[in-house]
Amino acid sequence: MLQIKNLHASISSDSGAKEILKGLSLEVNAGEVHAIMGPNGTGKSTLAAVLTGKEGYDITEGTVEFEGKNLMDLSPEERAQQGLFLAFQYPVEIPGVSNANFLKAAVNEIRKSKGMDNIPPNEFLKLMREKMELVEMSKDFISRFVNHGYSGGEKKRNEIFQMAMLDPKLAILDETDSGLDIDALRIVANGVNKLRTKENAFVVITHYQRLLDYIIPDFVHVMYDGKIVKSGDKDLALELEEKGYDWIKELSNVEI
Amino acid sequence: MSTQEQILEELTTTDYKYGFVTDIEQDNAPKGLTEDTVRFISAKKEEPEWMLEWRLKAFRDWQKMTEPTWANVHYPKVDFQDIIYYSAPKQKISLDSLDDVDPELLKTFEKLGISLDEQKRLSGVAVDIVFDSVSVKTTFQETLKQKGIIFCSMSEAIREHGELVKKYIGSVVPQKDNFYAGLNSAVFSDGSFCYIPKGVRCPMELSTYFRINSAGSGQFERTLLIADEGSYVSYLEGCTAPQRDENQLHAAVVELIALDNAEIKYSTVQNWYPGDKEGKGGIYNFVTKRGICKGNYSKISWTQVETGSAITWKYPSCILAGDNSIGEFYSVAVTNNMQQADTGTKMIHIGKNTKSRIVSKGISAGRSQNSYRGLVKVHRKAENARNFSQCDSLLMGDQCGAHTFPYLEISNNSSKVEHEATTSKIGEDLLFYFQQRGIDEETAVSMIVNGFCKEVMDNLPMEFAVEARKLLAISLEGSVG
Ligand SMILES: Nc1ncnc2c1ncn2[C@@H]1O[C@H](COP(=O)(O)OP(=O)(O)OP(=O)(O)O)[C@@H](O)[C@H]1O
Ligand SMILES: [Mg+2]
Repeated sequence: MLQIKNLHASISSDSGAKEILKGLSLEVNAGEVHAIMGPNGTGKSTLAAVLTGKEGYDITEGTVEFEGKNLMDLSPEERAQQGLFLAFQYPVEIPGVSNANFLKAAVNEIRKSKGMDNIPPNEFLKLMREKMELVEMSKDFISRFVNHGYSGGEKKRNEIFQMAMLDPKLAILDETDSGLDIDALRIVANGVNKLRTKENAFVVITHYQRLLDYIIPDFVHVMYDGKIVKSGDKDLALELEEKGYDWIKELSNVEI
Repeated sequence: MSTQEQILEELTTTDYKYGFVTDIEQDNAPKGLTEDTVRFISAKKEEPEWMLEWRLKAFRDWQKMTEPTWANVHYPKVDFQDIIYYSAPKQKISLDSLDDVDPELLKTFEKLGISLDEQKRLSGVAVDIVFDSVSVKTTFQETLKQKGIIFCSMSEAIREHGELVKKYIGSVVPQKDNFYAGLNSAVFSDGSFCYIPKGVRCPMELSTYFRINSAGSGQFERTLLIADEGSYVSYLEGCTAPQRDENQLHAAVVELIALDNAEIKYSTVQNWYPGDKEGKGGIYNFVTKRGICKGNYSKISWTQVETGSAITWKYPSCILAGDNSIGEFYSVAVTNNMQQADTGTKMIHIGKNTKSRIVSKGISAGRSQNSYRGLVKVHRKAENARNFSQCDSLLMGDQCGAHTFPYLEISNNSSKVEHEATTSKIGEDLLFYFQQRGIDEETAVSMIVNGFCKEVMDNLPMEFAVEARKLLAISLEGSVG
């Protein structure tokens, strides 16, 4: 589904270009869940931003294919329409636009890209109700503005709700677990598990092993200094929890 | 510049649609302003002596006044001797038949989307059309007359309903009120007059459409609207002007009078030519609008959608004199490119239990400057006055400015005054969030803007809300459907 080969990306800032991704490779197939862990500032969110097409990054080397297409040729909205979803680490607030309006527009744009008609209103409402139940969100949120005045945890839950509504092929969850209380963590993880199928895939970025108790990953990758320095199964997460990142840093130093 | 900024820029630099000029024979006053100009205008209008005297008094007072400089707008000084103060299509237009009307003029209004033909008009709207200095046609006069409603041009009102005009003109905006009102009082050319008799609910929307056509001329219209006891009227004005490199002056006065239990709803969709992207040309819109809730339990509600003009200087206000009277101000002001707007309202609480509500939404794009300026004044005797003000600003890009200047003068302890203000920005992160959900920038901008303005748009009469929304889309986003 997703093939990233030797990806180098830099950010253009006032003080010149700064390389953040330094030769990252990753393959994600349908039906898989990948976890990406790693110290702060190693480029995890940058990877998500580059994949989803955020402005301001230069791809200097490498390739990214999504469902056989060169992802970098597509506009951000086209990538979303093709089934790429990002649950943001820091969701923005959209005053004046209700969740219902926002999601109706999103659903219809995605349908339009597939040559489908707009979703009938009653069908849409039914879908909203159903997915809200999945993440145990109160119906009040239907008419509330997107993320406006929400608590940190509510914003994260809303990201998962949107994911459920849009039913993406590949969803990247950027630290969706941080800031969640124990109950919310369970709800979010349950939501993800219920959405898991053989056809879709998840990339879960997290700092905490405990999330992986709920969402069992097929692979765990450790990212350090712009690339993946170690991959393994779910036991790698336990090992990290125990030993911290120092041995990883040494590992990467040795390789360089 | 990033692609997103580029798109934002393209979206915000769409051309003005109404910039054409009508080629028609005009009857102009000589350039410049003296007592003779005032006499000339009064004579053209075949006015009674008292009206001329009123104008002359205004002119003499005006000569002693100076232009206000406190607004947050900057422009070269206007040369008041370089303006044509009276300009009218030469041919007199018959009210009975459209057959004799200059086809050029008919074409003009067709292009503006206004039909003079009553059969073809929206059935719920009567319209008075003011072309440069004269009213060219008022529709549905007969239908309205049956209810005792007078809706006609100001010139006609002065001739036919002199007593009413004499009683109320200048009673809300006196000749000496301010520099531009003074100028208007001396040289006002036309405008609309409306009287709703006791207990009558006006059965249709009344509207005036203002069009500046002549080069070098200014438009100085005057509107007077009286709602007698227990009556109701909803009134709307719209305006456009040709695209020209020079700045043209528009200095209007609007006076509203609501007697006991009367309600006036006054809506404006202002789309004067705003000048080009570099700020060349455009209308200077220096307007005084004020209503008085004279009677108990009366209500005046201003709604404005301001998208045009190079400079806007305008504060539709309410004097809440009657006990339990209500004043409202709902405004969307959009500035783009090099436009400057300094707009807001004044709510003057005098009667007991008076209430006012201010909802102001400013949208700034390009390199424009958008200021809200509002005064809430509670007099010593205004027991239990209530005011709520909400002032929100939306910035598109980072080269524009939004400013808020709220003033409070409270002289009665029993009053309750609340003010809320927010500033938000359509930045790259916000647009990217939409895109990541499959929604392109253009749709995103329109969703954000519509959401931002909703509370104000909901107050426009239905027929015009659609038009206003379209206008917003055009002035900000290109051709979003
Ligand atoms: N706009 C920017 N200008 C300069 N440096 C940036 C910019 N955005 C990100 N960076 C830098 O890129 C590096 C990677 O950031 P990124 O957000 O991808 O890290 P992360 O792995 O997601 O960290 P965390 O675990 O804290 O979320 C950091 O050093 C960060 O400071
Ligand atoms: Mg991050």
